[in-house]
Amino acid sequence: SVLEEFQMEEFKERCTQCEAVSWGLTDEGKYYCTSCHNVTERSKEVINSDIIPNAQIKALNRGLKRKNNSEKGWDWYVCEGFQHILYQQAEALKNLGVGPELKNDVLHNFWKRYLQKSKQAYCKNPVYTTGRKPTVLEDNLSHSDWASEPELPSDVNSPFLESGMESQSDVHTRKSLRISKALQSETSVCSGSLDGVEYSQRKEKGLVKMTVPQTLAFCYLSLLWQREAITLSDLLRFVEEDHIPYINAFQHFPEQMKLYGRDRGIFGTESWPNYDDIYKKTIEVATFLDLPRFPDITEDCYLHPNILCMKYLMEVNLPDEMHSLTCHVVKMTGMGEADFLTFDPIAKVAKTVKYDVQAVAVIVVVLKLLFLLDDNLEWSLSNLAEKHNEKNKKDKPWFNFRKWYQIMKKAFDEKKQNWEEARAKYLWKSEKPLYYSYVDKPVAYKKREMVVNLQKQFSTLVDSTPTAGKKSPSSFQFNWTEEDTERTCFHGHSLQGVLKEKGQSLLTKNSLYWLSTQKFCRCYCTHVTTYEESNYSLSYQFILNLFSFLLRIKASLLHEEVSLVEKELFKKKYSVTKKKSKSKKRRR
Amino acid sequence: MSDFSEELKGPVTDDEQVETSVLSGAGMHFPWLQTYIETVAIGGKRKKDFAQTTSACLSFIQEALLKHQWQQAAEYMHSYFQTLEDSDSYKRQAAPEIIWKLGSEILFYHPKSNVETFNTFADRMKNIGIMNYLKISLQHALYLLHHGMLEDAKRKLSEAETWRHGEKTSSREILINLIQAYKGLLQYYTWSKKKRELSKLDKDDYAYSAVAQDVFNHSWKTSVNISALIKIPGVWDPFVKSYVEMLEFYGDRDGAQEVLTNYAYDEKFPSNPNAHIYLYNFLKRQKAPRSKLISVLKILYQIVPSHKLMLEFHTLLRKSEKEEHHKLGLEVLFGVLDFAGCTKNITAWKYLAKYVKKTLMGNHLVWVQEEWKSRKNWWPSFHFSYFWAKSDWKEDTALACEKAFVAGLLLGKESSWRSKNRPQTIMADSFFLAWMAICMYSLGTGDRLEIPLACLEMLRTSKLDGGWAPVPLE
Repeated sequence: SVLEEFQMEEFKERCTQCEAVSWGLTDEGKYYCTSCHNVTERSKEVINSDIIPNAQIKALNRGLKRKNNSEKGWDWYVCEGFQHILYQQAEALKNLGVGPELKNDVLHNFWKRYLQKSKQAYCKNPVYTTGRKPTVLEDNLSHSDWASEPELPSDVNSPFLESGMESQSDVHTRKSLRISKALQSETSVCSGSLDGVEYSQRKEKGLVKMTVPQTLAFCYLSLLWQREAITLSDLLRFVEEDHIPYINAFQHFPEQMKLYGRDRGIFGTESWPNYDDIYKKTIEVATFLDLPRFPDITEDCYLHPNILCMKYLMEVNLPDEMHSLTCHVVKMTGMGEADFLTFDPIAKVAKTVKYDVQAVAVIVVVLKLLFLLDDNLEWSLSNLAEKHNEKNKKDKPWFNFRKWYQIMKKAFDEKKQNWEEARAKYLWKSEKPLYYSYVDKPVAYKKREMVVNLQKQFSTLVDSTPTAGKKSPSSFQFNWTEEDTERTCFHGHSLQGVLKEKGQSLLTKNSLYWLSTQKFCRCYCTHVTTYEESNYSLSYQFILNLFSFLLRIKASLLHEEVSLVEKELFKKKYSVTKKKSKSKKRRR
Repeated sequence: MSDFSEELKGPVTDDEQVETSVLSGAGMHFPWLQTYIETVAIGGKRKKDFAQTTSACLSFIQEALLKHQWQQAAEYMHSYFQTLEDSDSYKRQAAPEIIWKLGSEILFYHPKSNVETFNTFADRMKNIGIMNYLKISLQHALYLLHHGMLEDAKRKLSEAETWRHGEKTSSREILINLIQAYKGLLQYYTWSKKKRELSKLDKDDYAYSAVAQDVFNHSWKTSVNISALIKIPGVWDPFVKSYVEMLEFYGDRDGAQEVLTNYAYDEKFPSNPNAHIYLYNFLKRQKAPRSKLISVLKILYQIVPSHKLMLEFHTLLRKSEKEEHHKLGLEVLFGVLDFAGCTKNITAWKYLAKYVKKTLMGNHLVWVQEEWKSRKNWWPSFHFSYFWAKSDWKEDTALACEKAFVAGLLLGKESSWRSKNRPQTIMADSFFLAWMAICMYSLGTGDRLEIPLACLEMLRTSKLDGGWAPVPLE
């Protein structure tokens, strides 16, 4: 089973015959080399007994490994499947440069905690032993006495995954799982996993059931806990770009873990993750796990708006000088405070900040402050900048909004076109087809074979130049350098044209401002405001589209965030008068 | 669904009510509608990305096909095959046909494709589900025909013909008939080749009887293959034509006539001008009485009044004894010239000139007036414009003369009325005068005799500038 996969890693000696380090397990529990098929004398149990000298485990171990029959594969549970996916995802994150603690400690502990809270393991009455629906609240779910529960990620003494799942608590899992096996045998006809049917029927109140999107919520929670330099939108983009296993993650399950029937609905995915959805799931999971306040997001964290703003300013080719303005907005709105930024699931209303969306929203607000974006002022300011730049060719050039727009529009359109084409060409189906029952199996495999044959045939018609392979992961999607003459880099351009000095301080030349939202909706709909594109200026639309494309979110979501930033920034204006276009002067 | 009901239940704030009541000014008030519309605009139930990307992929393929970018189309096609595994069973079932259509189109044009590739593709697609086997077989055969591979095509058709799978449905029945008929058509082709051979041979040639026997055998097989199809309502022109040819060759005139009559007159068949043309040609070959020919062409006249057989129809009508036929004869001529494609048909103009004159002389002024009434608004600019006068004169003097003569008869009469009553119609008159000028030339050649006196009178009194000065009368 999956659990064995993890174990495999501990035996890391080189093969005596071929020097490869690639071990598999024989039915007798002995290691054999997968590249030269040399069987060793070392067996699993011997090694394990070094760590846990417990005879019972050996027996259990053997039992799990036993095959029902070769056709049906191993007995396995749905939660093992998800564990396997989480494992793969953690590995992928590690390869992306995330610290190993994330996999070994944080994610492992979150997962253990989940198994416990959902009564699947690490508890007195796991769901599988009883065969009846357990009452969730009977145990100590509601109280927050941390001592009686598994260690939190801060305690580093439980090695996760690397050393396998043979730590003591995992034994509980196995034990409980094994006992219920007899009960499951009847229902397992409709799924490859033992509890697929029961799992899809479980519907207790307050229970957060694992789904494939949920795995990303776990990943994001761990990233957040570790304060890693990956935002939610980055994470989802990496998923979309196939750097993190998600679509068809099940196809990397061990050969003997068969999936069909109900497993199809549980593990099959035909959509990429959606920002809003994963965001909500993250909060849901964190609340369910009853996690304490996360480590503080301080000014030196990547997720702090000041740093993110810098990053996005670079990404969209805006002048570095704008950074001091974004910092100013962040300060005025109080959005840079650790209390505001830090996620606290046990607070009264659990909510976390959409760090990336918020940082981008700040930039949009600053652009509005500088250029008004009413399809008018930004162009006349551009004229001024153009004239100035022509006259003073040697000085630092003034930022010209029009020129920026032209370059960004072209780059954005190209990028979007490529993105759309790549999506249209995306291959969704796994090499391992999912089918409903054993009757459908040959059909599903035949279909798969046909599709593969047809694809082979048509690939001979395509030009031999391979289509730019898999992109290497990057948190930047655009690349702007001073050397590129085709595409001007605006990072070093100055904002002098749009600011004016007054005494000691600088004022924006533009003294007007319009609010993206006049009134916020207070009803039950999930959105606080609506975004009807045609009501807004074209420049505003362009900027929203550009940024929302970068984050792979809907423009309406960004618009909402812009409105929320404005609400904080112009708090007074909102509470005193709700008149439009109140002029606003700001200093820096 | 759930979104919707939640929106229904959700309390409506005052702000919203104001907005919506503004929106529905007609007196109806749906406080929930606005919010519902917004949910729809914002997303509502999300379509699966699989469905989204595959439908985007389809549009990319269609666009590539439209622009003849076979390479790109093949690239997208590579991804589109996955719709065969769509989890939506309705879409999954529809996929093979779409893929076949797109794929065969790409393989037909793609520079790297060849008959072999196409064969492999077709054979694969035939065996995905049983729904499309016959259709694909038939199209496969047509592809082979297109590449001149007659024998292979015949073999494919035979294969399809004998294919039995599942229950027989009516749509499949038609397909089988069609496949058999195509087979018949191929046999007809061989037969017709043999027939040509036969005609070259001397009757005393030792090979003659063998070939003749061969021809006969073919005919028998073909007729079996085709006759089933052409009984089903539809447009079967090539089949009918070759079938009739064979029937005629073996002297089965009644059979041929029955087939053609059925093809033309059975109401279940779609309206098809060719059916009447075939019947007419057949009857003409059989020397059928005039009245019979007229009745066939009458129907064709109703369907295609611009058909070139209409001039033959006119001749038949003119020769008829009945007065109503004479009137119809005039109608037919006018009808032909209503079409832009016939404006330069000199025979039509010649007939019209002659016939209008004859009709006028035969005291049937009313007939002409009746036809002219609906045309007087547009014929002058359509046929008798200054532009046409000049270009016709340059390109085809004979045509110009005929047109001028007709113009003289039609416009002249009109203009003379008009110039008497309403002197402001100078424009129309100038067209008329231009045509009159051509008329003068043709008069000069001496084969036209009369122009209504009023016209000549007008011509003489009017002033003209430019190069269109009338030639003085002798």
